[in-house]
Amino acid sequence: MQLDAHIPAGPLAEKWDRHRFELKLVSPANKRKFTILVVGTGLAGGSAAASLAELGYNVKNFCIQDSPRRAHSIAAQGGINAAKNYPNDGDSIWRLFYDTIKGGDFRAREANVYRLAQVSNNIIDQCVAQGVPFAREYGGLLANRSFGGAQVSRTFYARGQTGQQLLLGAYGALSRQIAAGRVEMFTRREMLDLIVVDGQARGILVRNLITGEMERYAGDAVVLASGGYGNVFFLSTNAMNSNVTAAYRAYKRGALFANPCFTQIHPTCIPVHGTYQSKLTLMSESLRNDGRVWVPKKPGDKRPPNEIPESERDYFLERKYPSFGNLVPRDVASRATKEQCDMGKGVGETGRAVYLDFADAIRRDGRDVIEKKYGNLFEMYEKITAENPYETPMRIYPAIHYTMGGLWVDYNLMSTIAGLFVLGEANFSDHGANRLGASALMQGLADGYFIIPYTIGGYLADSSRQAVSTDHPAFAEAEKRVGEQVDKLLKIDGHRSVDDFHRHLGLIMWDYCGMSRNDEGLQKARGMVRELRAEFWENVRVPGRGEEFNQSLERAGRVADFLEFAELMIVDALTRRESCGGHFNEAFQTEEHEALRDDEHFAHVAAWEYTGDQSEPQRHIEPLVFENVHLAQRSYK
Amino acid sequence: MTRTIDLTLKVWRQKTADARGGFETLHATNISTDMSFLEMLDVVNDQLTLDGKEPIAFDSDCREGICGQCGAVVNGHPHGHQKGTTLCQLHMRHFNNGDTIVIEPFRARAFKLVRDLVIDRGALDGIIQAGGYISVNAGGAPDANTIPVSQEKADLAMDAAACIGCGACVAACPNASAMLFVSAKVSHLALLPQGKPEAARRALAMVRRMDELCFGNCSNERECEAECPKEISIVNIARLNREFIKAGFFSAVR
Ligand SMILES: Cc1cc2nc3c(=O)[nH]c(=O)nc-3n(C[C@H](O)[C@H](O)[C@H](O)COP(=O)(O)OP(=O)(O)OC[C@H]3O[C@@H](n4cnc5c(N)ncnc54)[C@H](O)[C@@H]3O)c2cc1C
Ligand code: SF4
Ligand code: FES
Repeated sequence: MQLDAHIPAGPLAEKWDRHRFELKLVSPANKRKFTILVVGTGLAGGSAAASLAELGYNVKNFCIQDSPRRAHSIAAQGGINAAKNYPNDGDSIWRLFYDTIKGGDFRAREANVYRLAQVSNNIIDQCVAQGVPFAREYGGLLANRSFGGAQVSRTFYARGQTGQQLLLGAYGALSRQIAAGRVEMFTRREMLDLIVVDGQARGILVRNLITGEMERYAGDAVVLASGGYGNVFFLSTNAMNSNVTAAYRAYKRGALFANPCFTQIHPTCIPVHGTYQSKLTLMSESLRNDGRVWVPKKPGDKRPPNEIPESERDYFLERKYPSFGNLVPRDVASRATKEQCDMGKGVGETGRAVYLDFADAIRRDGRDVIEKKYGNLFEMYEKITAENPYETPMRIYPAIHYTMGGLWVDYNLMSTIAGLFVLGEANFSDHGANRLGASALMQGLADGYFIIPYTIGGYLADSSRQAVSTDHPAFAEAEKRVGEQVDKLLKIDGHRSVDDFHRHLGLIMWDYCGMSRNDEGLQKARGMVRELRAEFWENVRVPGRGEEFNQSLERAGRVADFLEFAELMIVDALTRRESCGGHFNEAFQTEEHEALRDDEHFAHVAAWEYTGDQSEPQRHIEPLVFENVHLAQRSYK
Repeated sequence: MTRTIDLTLKVWRQKTADARGGFETLHATNISTDMSFLEMLDVVNDQLTLDGKEPIAFDSDCREGICGQCGAVVNGHPHGHQKGTTLCQLHMRHFNNGDTIVIEPFRARAFKLVRDLVIDRGALDGIIQAGGYISVNAGGAPDANTIPVSQEKADLAMDAAACIGCGACVAACPNASAMLFVSAKVSHLALLPQGKPEAARRALAMVRRMDELCFGNCSNERECEAECPKEISIVNIARLNREFIKAGFFSAVR
């Protein structure tokens, strides 16, 4: 299969303008004749559903939670990037583009990233107009802070609740369209299959989570904005309902899955503290603006932090990376942290933690200032650990946070299935092998507010479709397939709970396909995942019935998909014979233990095609062409 | 210090909205005090599942106090007795060995029960749909720094905007009113220059919708403020009333 990203011709800075002009338009009167199914109400899905409805399309919008406002995006803390250059510190669209490409370790598509940087400024304008209460300077203008991988301050924020406020903005816009009758909202619905007719995405099959009934929805295009798959690791910073199911089932219907092994480990999370633990809590990267990361110089030093004198502390990020200091990108900070702990310098009960210390900042700026910037994060920390971070340094450790991989999309955000568009964390397009902080919110809103409204029109105007109703045999087939799976899950009646399998899978993935990988471990993990999957289908216990509200059943379906998808991640990791960004294969590293890319052979996207349950997935590549940046070994020294 | 404790739970069990419900007594043993309340329920559920029984249905998503999906009344308090804490943030170190814990769903006329502790709070979305937004389409917004907003106003707006839409205020209110929730959104937007043009109309429309959706009236009981996990201030209700009076005036002259 030849992957064509449909990147418009012309100079980088003119591509998007030119493309917008060249895309065909749907006349206002015709828009209402089209029905678009949007799966997801996070920043990507919520903004897309609202914007498409504003244009006049008929939109049906779906989410798992009991309200569109609760999508996982609500939990984003630190901020959103834009190239406004309000601080006058040298930022520009070009610099945001460059930082993002470099931060992604040169594994993202230039044209997409440039467009992202271009529309970033419109996002901030739009959100302010919606009433998002961003932080302000005394003079009343917008405030900025710094995030990792950048030497300018370009991050806009609303305390430690930026995702919440941005999502509430999108939810407001969506609510307005629901009231206007242009969006029909379906909450507590889970998409379990994609309906493809004549090679075009024409509908979805969803389970009504309250009644358990299967419901069919037909449309002219499907927009998938179902978020990331970090929960394949069980413990992650993602919300409990985040899953790979919608994306994975689209993969099984023919959409290619790109770079599944590119997963991001966030350096600053509250460490694991017990086997019963259900999730990990992020401590926002913004904290590294003021917090200093350190470990005792002496391995095994068990003294409390305040008894360790300055001269016996190693501020290892500042030492190793003097120009970026504590604000190196996430993959770099995470590996450095792991390295310190592997050397026995980790702190806390388990030795798998380092300090994030605010004492200097509090001395310099006063507690008030720190509280204003990070109060809610400190409070969250205290609630979980019962320790007061104003007085004693936080203990933090890396955790799974974000997934750069996702369904392959072209420049129009369309997958390899015509009419199936993929937005937000669910696609693979903008972050390469490592995402910079505060760029996911930017991407989700760029996709939803400013890109899909144009590109979907181009698709609808430029292609023809036969009428498809929910009576089409493709719906009946999907319903049968999904129904059989549900019945099978309920009948097994084994001896292990769904969560028990999920936790087990998470441990395998964390140990062998996590922060650091090697061939032997990956091979071993592949076998273990297969065994676990086989056991799951013989020994899982899913209580209750299909035709009722049944949370065990919901989770069982998602874990079944994770058990298959995990293997795809492993296969992808095995075939990428280099290290880059979040994918670190120990065989490929520099003398200083940094990721060593192989640009000659691996400057490409790996996109996987499903070929059947019993056969190997097929690897396709999209070569990445860099015409505007020079590929270099990343340096943050 | 980590300890383990044993607890007796009295949990509301109800299969569907129309079925009869009642309390069931369950035992939670060997519970680490570092667990969150929901992790404690996870442990109980795992055991119920293995014992061939049906686990307790309860909602959660973010498990860090921001999505508003979790919530139950614990020993008479929505989200439990800890101030400024959602149920998912409540940790077991705040309980003692041998405690009996009564767990019920949020109850209000406007909320329909789904199963056990799970409820349908769609009515809160309904109120927002009546006007809890600023009417701007995507595209065409002026530069974000065109209108300065004083830091003080931005902070007050942010305080109000921190509402997570959990519905605990409704569950706490003897009248099952959603006034705190409504006032938080009305204040957040009315405090900002961008929200001013629609402020009066918004207040009127949201309060009307609240009435239509079977929420009760506010009679200043202040239970809402005491139980709100985000400590949304009742001052917002005064702000709402101001907007409401203005709105009433407008609709009278029109
Ligand atoms: C704790 C935390 C903090 C973060 N902080 C930041 C930050 O400061 N800055 C930043 O830029 N990024 C941050 N991120 C990353 C960012 O929040 C996410 O990448 C982004 O919000 C994803 O948005 P989304 O719209 O793609 O998906 P989501 O917000 O995950 O939404 C997914 C939607 O899809 C629905 N859905 C999923 N599956 C199905 C299905 N099968 N059927 C029906 N509906 C389905 C869900 O119900 C939901 O509505 C953070 C992430 C975490 C975990
Ligand atoms: S006002 Fe408080 S209690 Fe009420 S919905 Fe908002 S956060 Fe929950
Ligand atoms: S689960 Fe999100 S607030 Fe409790």
